[in-house]
Amino acid sequence: MSEINERIRDGSVRVVTAEEMPDLVDELGTDGAVREVDVVTTGTFGAMCSSGLFLNTGHSDPPIKISRAWLNNVEAYGGVAAVDLFLGATQPSEDRGDEYGGAHVMEDLVSGREVELRAQGAVTDCYPRSDLETTLRLEDFNQAIMVNPRNSYQRYAAATNSTERTLHTYMGTLLPRCGNVSYSGAGSLSPIPNDPDFEYIGVGARIFLGGAQGHIIGSGTQHLPQSGFATLMVKGDLKEMSAEFLRAATFQDYGPSLYVGLGVPIPVLNEGIAEKTAVRDRDIVTEIIDYGVPRRDRPTVRRVNYEQLYSGAVEIDGVEVRASALSSRHVARKVASALGDSIRRGEFLLSAPVEPLPAKGRNSPMKQTKEFLLVRDVMSTEVATAREEISIQEASAMIVGGPFDHLPVVSEEGRLIGMVTAWDVSKAVASGKTSHISEMMTRKVFIASPDEPMELAARKLHHHKISALPVVDKDHRVVGMVTSDHLSRLYGRRGSL
Amino acid sequence: MKLMLHVAPGIVRRPIVSSVILETKALINIERAKVDAVSGEIVVDVEPERCSEVKAAFEARGVRVVLLENPIIKDDEECVHCGACISICPTGTFHFKGTEVVADAGKCVQCGTCVTACPQRALRLILK
Repeated sequence: MSEINERIRDGSVRVVTAEEMPDLVDELGTDGAVREVDVVTTGTFGAMCSSGLFLNTGHSDPPIKISRAWLNNVEAYGGVAAVDLFLGATQPSEDRGDEYGGAHVMEDLVSGREVELRAQGAVTDCYPRSDLETTLRLEDFNQAIMVNPRNSYQRYAAATNSTERTLHTYMGTLLPRCGNVSYSGAGSLSPIPNDPDFEYIGVGARIFLGGAQGHIIGSGTQHLPQSGFATLMVKGDLKEMSAEFLRAATFQDYGPSLYVGLGVPIPVLNEGIAEKTAVRDRDIVTEIIDYGVPRRDRPTVRRVNYEQLYSGAVEIDGVEVRASALSSRHVARKVASALGDSIRRGEFLLSAPVEPLPAKGRNSPMKQTKEFLLVRDVMSTEVATAREEISIQEASAMIVGGPFDHLPVVSEEGRLIGMVTAWDVSKAVASGKTSHISEMMTRKVFIASPDEPMELAARKLHHHKISALPVVDKDHRVVGMVTSDHLSRLYGRRGSL
Repeated sequence: MKLMLHVAPGIVRRPIVSSVILETKALINIERAKVDAVSGEIVVDVEPERCSEVKAAFEARGVRVVLLENPIIKDDEECVHCGACISICPTGTFHFKGTEVVADAGKCVQCGTCVTACPQRALRLILK
């Protein structure tokens, strides 16, 4: 490592990117590559929600012990000493919601724009002040240290959606009926896949972070290298970063996030490292997960490698489905080449890690000690269904005779095809025109699945301003019904306990 | 070429599209239609050489017609070329040229799906 740093200082260092390395190793062999290459640069640029910023504002006069604080109406955590704040990237603003959040404050600061600080203090003898407002730029803070608890996933599952409705997720817009695949990650440019055994990646390793030099300070949260999901915790000085490599984003109906440019230089110390840095897109495999299942354990649709993802289409159940990324390969390449340039200019020295990342980690499910209700626990299972050929008279008789104002309409095979409400029937009778329910039923029906949390069903009822959801199994057969009455009963019961 | 048809309340119940097809015998493809009780917004695709004739036929029926020349604007300062817009577009407006996302604006039918799907908020519809 010291020999490589010597060559960085005297300008003779030989640097290639992780995309160039596989062909070099094919041509020269691993022994030749060790002789010809000193450093392989990696890079990634994608949404890294688990990012945040420690800010020290300096002491006001009279002094304040900040208990709560807002930067451009985005709340930052104030429970760290008197004037240290922690701003999280995904925190939405109180006035502009998801369109502006913690990540946007960071981008504004990096871009040289002013931010409004509003703070409330816990009044004490040593900190008499109770509130404060001021306008600050990045240079006005004593420190602005980015500390990201979980960045640069070794790999990340791709997403699709088997349900009948569009989902808006942190994996982007997912069209119904597996209409698209959305993925993240930089393939062969990704840092950890180039050093999966942590020969350089470790505590204290110098990296490229947001356009500046930063450090790996340990393994990230949810670090799980034994399953191929290693993560990094990283730190860097926001004052040296640039908006080219640090960008705020908003995922529709999910919230703000931060795109972080992160690159790790990997010294080619031996043939083992040369071989590992020769990893190709096709060697990096991930799963496509069905986000249509609103639970922690989502089913895997298929396995796929990054060469297939980058081709723009993957096959799911015999159908070509378009695939596109959320992370930017364009900027990931810029990260790897900017890192290479600063090494060649002698500005970026490698630092030997003081210890490697742990080879084993933990990402266990949450221990849940309170009751957690699913739709299947609450729904009514005795639901009458109708075929679309029946008359209005028959439909109204079924509604009157049953417990619901809603009548699910099913096909010959028992699949849900529509819904008729008491209102539809009255309307049809009033107009006197319609004779069969097929002419008046709603065909676009919002549904619930038995395994989804009751909270999600409640959200759908509220969001779509409806009062009932038919519950269907994976074959689209009606197995129950949840209504706003179920919700009132739930809360009524809870209130009386 | 794509035409945006704004159909006013008074005429929205008339069979305007079919009467224009019968009159002009042009091949007209309805790309997107949003019609409610009082008005309608329809995007049609017409073969370029018949475009002005079809436009005139719609206008003769009281429809306001806008040629969608540049229906979508991509802010290249904001775009990070992730590609989130590519797989969700129903008409294939966006594609990669190398590692950069480029728009073939002529394909856009202004459905707006990409506007909310873009994490960088770099896309904007030009509404006329």
